[in-house]
Amino acid sequence: MSKRVGMEVSIAISEAVKMANVDVVAAYPITPQTHIVEHLSELVAEGELDAEFMPVESEHSAMSASLGSAAAGARTFTATSSQGLALMHELMYMAPGLRLPMVMAVANRAVSPPISIWNDHSDIMAERDTGWIQVFAENGQEAFDLTIQAYRIAEHPDVQLPVAVNLDGFTLSHVVEPILLPDQAEVDKFLPPWKPMLQLDPAKPISMGMFGIPEIYFEAKKATDEALVGSQKAIVAIWDEFEKLFGRKYNPIETYKTEGAETILVTMGSISETAMTAVDQMRDQGIPVGLVRIRLWRPFPDKEFKAAVKGAKKLGVIDRCLTLGSHANPVGQEVRSLLYQEKDRPYVFNFALGIGGRDVTRADFRYIYDQCQTLAAQGQDRCHMVGVME
Amino acid sequence: MKKIDAMMSWKEVPLGCHVDRPGSTTDFLTGDWRSQRPVLDKEKCIYCGFCWIFCPEGCYQDQGPEAKVFVADLNYCKGCGICAYECPKQAITMVVEEV
Amino acid sequence: MSELQYEKISAKNLPQEEPFAPGHRACQGCGEVLALRMVMKAVGHQAIAVSATGCMEVCTSTFPTSSWRTPWFHVAFENAAAVASGVDSGYKALRRKGKTSQGRFPILAIAGDGGTADIGMQALSGALERWQDFIYVCLDNEAYMNTGIQRSSSTPFGAMTTTSPPGKLSKGQATWKKNMPAIAAAHGVPYVATASPAYYLDLMNKVRKAAATEGPAYLHIYAPCPTGWRMKPELAIESARLAVQSRVFPLYEVINGQYILNRKVDKPKPLTEYLKPQGRFRHLDAQTLADIEARVNAEYEKIVRLAGADKKPAKAEDKPAE
Repeated sequence: MSKRVGMEVSIAISEAVKMANVDVVAAYPITPQTHIVEHLSELVAEGELDAEFMPVESEHSAMSASLGSAAAGARTFTATSSQGLALMHELMYMAPGLRLPMVMAVANRAVSPPISIWNDHSDIMAERDTGWIQVFAENGQEAFDLTIQAYRIAEHPDVQLPVAVNLDGFTLSHVVEPILLPDQAEVDKFLPPWKPMLQLDPAKPISMGMFGIPEIYFEAKKATDEALVGSQKAIVAIWDEFEKLFGRKYNPIETYKTEGAETILVTMGSISETAMTAVDQMRDQGIPVGLVRIRLWRPFPDKEFKAAVKGAKKLGVIDRCLTLGSHANPVGQEVRSLLYQEKDRPYVFNFALGIGGRDVTRADFRYIYDQCQTLAAQGQDRCHMVGVME
Repeated sequence: MKKIDAMMSWKEVPLGCHVDRPGSTTDFLTGDWRSQRPVLDKEKCIYCGFCWIFCPEGCYQDQGPEAKVFVADLNYCKGCGICAYECPKQAITMVVEEV
Repeated sequence: MSELQYEKISAKNLPQEEPFAPGHRACQGCGEVLALRMVMKAVGHQAIAVSATGCMEVCTSTFPTSSWRTPWFHVAFENAAAVASGVDSGYKALRRKGKTSQGRFPILAIAGDGGTADIGMQALSGALERWQDFIYVCLDNEAYMNTGIQRSSSTPFGAMTTTSPPGKLSKGQATWKKNMPAIAAAHGVPYVATASPAYYLDLMNKVRKAAATEGPAYLHIYAPCPTGWRMKPELAIESARLAVQSRVFPLYEVINGQYILNRKVDKPKPLTEYLKPQGRFRHLDAQTLADIEARVNAEYEKIVRLAGADKKPAKAEDKPAE
C-alpha cells in the first residue's frame, strides 16, 4: 500500500534511492542538488540506508568514484547540477562506453557566466551526446518514480547503461509536493537486487577501460549507440510493468489535448504543468492548441514523437537552453531534423524560455502560440528568445 | 604467434569493450623488437636470479633446481641488456641478432 | 601501534607468481614496467588494480589483450585515486551487506608522476583524507613520458625535457622536484614509503606492508625511463641504484608520521656518476651541478633529521637488501 506524504521533491528522490537499497552514494555539494545528498547522508547516518556515503572532494571524483563503485558491482547513486555536471563532463562518456549501470539525479541549473544558481537545462544539454539515458521529470511524483525505475532500466541485461534523472532546480527540487510513497516490499518486487554483468572480482579477473586502436574504436562506439537506441524497448516494457504494479502510466512522449490541435507546443520538465494550464485556457477560448511533452530525451523516441505531432501544422518547440551560434537550440534542432523528411511536415519554430531562472508564466505560452501563427507567414531564421530585453 | 585481431563487427564487441582473457598480451610477441639477444655462459652462472628479477618483460624462466639456470624466453625478450649488465658474474653477453 | 603483520619477502622466498604478463609494449629497458612487475609480484593475484592513463596503461591494455591477471580498470588520467576509492567503498558495502564472498584484498591505484603530482593531486588528496583502504603507487619517471617527455612538477631541476629545453635563456627544468611523499605524509596516513626497483626486496616488502596497512598507503617508486632520460636501456637499474647511493632518491618510510630512513648514505657516490649517463643532464654547467648537489644533500639531511638518524649509528637492519 502506498501512502501519501507531503515532502520536498529532493527528499522524495533520496527516499527513492533508499528504497532502491543502493550500496554507494558518492557526491559533492552544489546548489540546487544539495538537499538530495544531505538527506541521503542522514539516512546513512541513522542506519536507515545501509550504504557507503562518499563525501568526495569534487564532482569529478564523485563520478570517478561512482565508476569504481559500479565496476565493483555496487549499486551506485550520485547527484549534481550545473558546473558540477560540467566538471564531470570528461567522465560522462565512461559509464555508457564501459556499460556500467548507475543513476544520477541532475537538479538542472544554468551554467556560468554569469554565475546563476537558477533553473534551465544548459547543464544536461552539454551532456546530450555522451550516451546516458536521459529522462525529465515534470513533478515530484515523477521524480520519485523515475529514480526507482532508473535502476531497473540501467541494470536491465539488454541495457547496461547509466540513467540521468533530470528535475528542474528549485522549481521542482525545492518544492513540497504530496508524494505517493510505495511500500518497500512493492519496490523490492519491482526492483530485484542487481546482478552485475561486468565486475572487478579477483575470483574472475577481467580488464576494463581498454586502449582502442582505430580498428575497434568505431565499432565500440557503434555498440554503445545501438545499446542506447535499443534501450527504449526495455524502458517501455519496464514502464508498462510499473503501471501494472503502481498504477501510474509512463510514456516516452506525453500528449495533452493534441486531438485536433493545429498548433502543438513542445516542452520538457516542470514548465509543462504551466503549459497545460495555458493550453486549457486557450482551448476554453476555442483555440486549437495542444501540448507534447518529451519525457525520454535520450534515446530520442522518434516514432512516438512523430505520432504525437501528426496532423499539426505548427510546432512551437521550447528550449530551456541556448545553443550559441546556431539557428536553433537542442530540442528545436532535434525536432526539426527529425521531421524534415516527413511528407506533411509541420512548421517547426524554436523558442528559448526560462533561461537562467527567468519566470515562466501562462502568458508566455500564449505568446508563443501567437508567434507560431505570425511566423507561419514570415518564416523563422533564428530561435526566438522569449522575454529577453531588447 | 597467435593472431591478434581487433577487427570485428560491432555486434561482436564484448560488453563495454572489456577483455576477459587475463594476461593475454602473451599473444603479442615482443621478441621481434630485439636487435641483440642475451647469451648465457652456464659455467659462470651462479643461479642468483638477478636476470629473472630485473627483467622488465619477466621473460626469464627458472629451469628448476636440477638445471639451476634461468633462461630468457626470446618470444618476449626485447634485448634491453639489463640482465647482462646486472649479472654479478658477467655470465650473460649481449650478441647482435643476425637477420 | 602494533607492528604490521605481513609475509616478509627475502631472497629465498621471492614470489614466483606473475600477476603481470609479458607481451606488454613498454620500451626496451623500461624501469617503470619493471617496478610495476615487482609491485604486482609482491601484491599477488588477489587484488584489484586501477591505472591512470599513461605509459603503463597504454602499454598493457591494447584491446583485445591485457597484461593484467588481476582485475584491472582504467578510466582517465587524473582520477585513479578516486576510481580506486569507489572500488574500495563499493566492496566495503558489498561485504557488509553479504553481497560478496570476497574478504579484504589490496586495491591499487597506479599512476605516473604527472598523474600523481600534477593532474591527479586533488583526487589523491581526497582519497587519502577520506581514509580509503587502498595503496596508491606513484611510478615516478620524472616527466610526461607517454606524451613525449614533457616536464612535470616531479621533473628534477636542470633536466632537459621537451617543454623544459635548455637554451640561451634556459638551463632546462627551472624548478625543484615536488616532494610528493611529504605531501602524502602530511595527510597523516598510516603508511608512506619511497622505493627503488634496484632494491627489489625493499620495494616488495614495502608493497606487502602497504597491503597489510588498513587505510591509505602511498608508495613513491623511482622508475628510470631510458627513453625519456636519454640513457642506454641496460642502465635502468644502475641509474635507480645510483640515485639512492648519491642521495638523489633516499629510501625511507613514514609510518604513522614517524620517518624511518631505510638506507643511510654516509659516503654518497659523486652526483656526476648518477647524472652523467643520462642525456637529459648533459648540458648542465659546473655552477648548476653545484647547486643541485647542495640541494640534494640538504633534502637528504632533512630526511635524516626527521628520522632521527643523525642521533644514532646506522644499523645493519636499516639497510635494505640489494
